[in-house]
Amino acid sequence: MAIRNFLNINRKKTKGAIVNRDKENSFPADLMTKCPECKKIHLTKELENNLKVCPNCDHHMKMTSAERIACFLDEDTFESLDDHLQTVNPLKFPSYVEKIEVDQIKTGLNEAVLTGIGSLKGEQVVVAVMDSFFRMGSMGSVVGEKITRAIEKATEYQVPFIIFTASGGARMQEGVLSLMQMAKTSVALKRHSEHGQLFISIMTHPTTGGVSASFASLGDLNIAEPKSLIGFAGRRVIEQTVREKLPDDFQTAEFLLEHGQLDAIFHRKEMREKIATIVKLHGKGGVKNV
Amino acid sequence: MSKSMTFEEPIVKLREKIAELKEIANNADVNMSDEIETLENRLRQLEEKIYSNMEPWDRVQVARHPERPTSLDYIQELFTDFIELHGDRYYGDDHAIIGGIAFFDDKPITVIGHQRGKTTKENIRRNFGMPHPEGYRKALRLMKQAEKFGRPILCFIDTKGAYPGKAAEERGQSEAIANNLFEMAGLKVPVISIVIGEGGSGGALGLGVSNRIYMLENSTYSVISPEGAASILWKDATLAKQAAEAMKITSYDLKSMGIIDGIIPEIAGGAHKDIKAQALSIKKCITESFESLTSLTEQELIDDRYNKYRAIGEFLELEV
Repeated sequence: MAIRNFLNINRKKTKGAIVNRDKENSFPADLMTKCPECKKIHLTKELENNLKVCPNCDHHMKMTSAERIACFLDEDTFESLDDHLQTVNPLKFPSYVEKIEVDQIKTGLNEAVLTGIGSLKGEQVVVAVMDSFFRMGSMGSVVGEKITRAIEKATEYQVPFIIFTASGGARMQEGVLSLMQMAKTSVALKRHSEHGQLFISIMTHPTTGGVSASFASLGDLNIAEPKSLIGFAGRRVIEQTVREKLPDDFQTAEFLLEHGQLDAIFHRKEMREKIATIVKLHGKGGVKNV
Repeated sequence: MSKSMTFEEPIVKLREKIAELKEIANNADVNMSDEIETLENRLRQLEEKIYSNMEPWDRVQVARHPERPTSLDYIQELFTDFIELHGDRYYGDDHAIIGGIAFFDDKPITVIGHQRGKTTKENIRRNFGMPHPEGYRKALRLMKQAEKFGRPILCFIDTKGAYPGKAAEERGQSEAIANNLFEMAGLKVPVISIVIGEGGSGGALGLGVSNRIYMLENSTYSVISPEGAASILWKDATLAKQAAEAMKITSYDLKSMGIIDGIIPEIAGGAHKDIKAQALSIKKCITESFESLTSLTEQELIDDRYNKYRAIGEFLELEV
């Protein structure tokens, strides 16, 4: 299904991502959006045209998975995969399924990742975009399964796999099943890699915990958006453990780059161009087997 | 008696009473053998009742018991000629993970494990069994070495989790764990992992991508500690007991979810009551497990591991 149709069918009128729900704000919520960083207020429309990057302070605001697809892939080339997978409640956590349903309505997604096939400047790629508006992008069985199936699809088609990560980590409500999704996605990536295929991990704000400690860190190239929070343990946990104040830039993309954990940081406005170039540089190219 | 666990206090009290009675009998030279026998019978019944009805939180206490056997304890019991190998070749030697080569029934093996301390001093040296990235990188180096020489690999899992510290983040804790998951997936030799104490989240999984996973009966394996889960769920870490139940972290839970291949029965009251006997049942499990894997080719071993993890997860496929 093309992304635009997909959006029209699935997404409710409210653009959950950018609606400012702060009741204390005096401006119309849909029309205007306040930058969470510099607090400057912008016309929502203008902000969207600017890929949700604050024109004042260059802060990269969170994107929905659909917005990401729309600004990353060639127009109308995206076909989503595995929208039919449905989260269950294996540990019988009270109101877990209800919370999932609320976020399904809010985001139009079945779970916290949108996966599919599309083309990037004419090159066929499989993409997965995690959506932090759905249960903080946390990974349970369905997220792990969708990502694994996407990787397997990329292996089958012999094409690059590209993921945009945004996640608080493993989803607590599915317990150790969530933890094991780290292993599941990693074994699938190993097989994709053994087939000589390219995997690009693009970490966006925030990428932490079990997601950071599995596929997010396993790219042939590990890329990040500016200022994204990326790390294994939470800042508060670390501060309590080491009993010292951490530097302001701790666990930012820039901090990781400085410590040798990233290949590069790309500005959102150059992301499509740069990633397309990287794919071309790995050049087996072209549409195969579709 | 400070090291007894709350759930076994009735047993401890009864034992003390029996000992007292025996002493009185000895000193006063009176025959109390009938009374002692009655009490000893009652003790056996009580032990039977308590140890066969352990709650998840009781098992957490056993898994965390300061005297619970560690990787090195089992290595001493199970292998001969163990030679510890140190360092990740990049940064340092992490004492929270140990590894080396040894003979298991006269066959070479690589063994790796998280290592806790039993005393405060040793725990500080071992960082309470919570590894830094160099620990995971050392483990991977030893696994690759095992692969080169065709040795099977045994991993003991026993950690609260990978260390949440500043230096660990700077040196890439996430990458170190992730890379182990990735590389373990492709190992051309049999890999077995056994959870012997606490299996704490990603820090445990970093030694855990294997062909077979077993758990000692009273060990735990979880995405987050019961205390962590309680503070997130109910904003109250003291509700850890309830969280231990809700999070489904016992060996029986993991077996029923199809994540682990088997439960290794424990000595009544916990492995620390008889390390030698416990090691024997672990040995039996390892022997049988490696035997079941010897006929597999290199590719079959990799596929076996793939299929194992590929199948984990619970969800519905709705009709499209």
